[in-house]
Amino acid sequence: MVHMEYSVEVVLTNKEKAKDPVGTTIKRDLLAKKGYDMISNVRSGQYLRIFINAESEEQAGKIVDKMCNELRIFNPVTQNMIILKVTKQT
Amino acid sequence: MSIKIAVIQFPGANCDLDAIHVLKNVIKVDVSLVWHNHFKEKNYDGVVLPGGFTFGDYLRAGIIAAHSPAIDEARIMLKDGRPIIGICNGFQILTESQFLPGALLQNDSLKFICKWVNIKVENNKTAFTNKMRIGEVLDIPIAHGEGRYFTDNLKELEENDQIVFRYSTRDGEYTESANPNGSLEYIAGVCNIEQNCIGLMPHPERASESILSPRGTEHGQLFFESMIKFIEQRVK
Repeated sequence: MVHMEYSVEVVLTNKEKAKDPVGTTIKRDLLAKKGYDMISNVRSGQYLRIFINAESEEQAGKIVDKMCNELRIFNPVTQNMIILKVTKQT
Repeated sequence: MSIKIAVIQFPGANCDLDAIHVLKNVIKVDVSLVWHNHFKEKNYDGVVLPGGFTFGDYLRAGIIAAHSPAIDEARIMLKDGRPIIGICNGFQILTESQFLPGALLQNDSLKFICKWVNIKVENNKTAFTNKMRIGEVLDIPIAHGEGRYFTDNLKELEENDQIVFRYSTRDGEYTESANPNGSLEYIAGVCNIEQNCIGLMPHPERASESILSPRGTEHGQLFFESMIKFIEQRVK
């Protein structure tokens, strides 16, 4: 089976029940002060782009998902993980 | 029997030598500074995970050190009841390793805070608090950017008596202004259910000599003296 390189984009979000002072500060001290008072909430997070050699997009996503869970790349106490996108590299 | 303590040195640790100094010269116990890849649990009666910025705090404070072989060794000590303390970054390592419940998040203020605070003893049965009194207020400094304690299981912590310290005023009152980082329920330190492992954000090794304390106190010594007492009682 030929392996191709894929990029897997992972987003780690903070769970709603934990306070997010970064998001609060962006909203309160920047957006609201500059007139964007229609912004009701901002939540911060982390973004990782992981490059991986795999047989398919599906396999690339599965390996990254397993790895992130096994190695606690996200902290399940405070964070959720989303695989945003898997893209074949050219 | 001679008691032997290890202070684990991770890349990026910066409070390791302070811990060594206090254990060696103030508490006067046999202590070794051990590089994390070389640590073997069988040689030691207790272990200190010191503060710092292990592996640059990349991804999350403590997570990369949590995968070090030293933590696999320390897990053996955890299971057989030997004392383990994580101070500041050491506490973050212990939560990321799941030795202790909860997580340490970025301070509410988004700032690194370095100052003397007060903490109140909630549990004096642990390996590191058995020489303290319940309700005793300690002078102790903090120095951290990610020290806001959070757990999604507060009830269980309370039921199991796992909350060891809370931030308080000097008079022992719990007020918002006495909570430097926005920790849930003012929590400054917790222990495992078996009470042989504790973690806290404040630095007992910086509070063990009167010359360093703004009020001339030496409350930090109580942590290490408790550990020695715990080890002595354990081997009897």
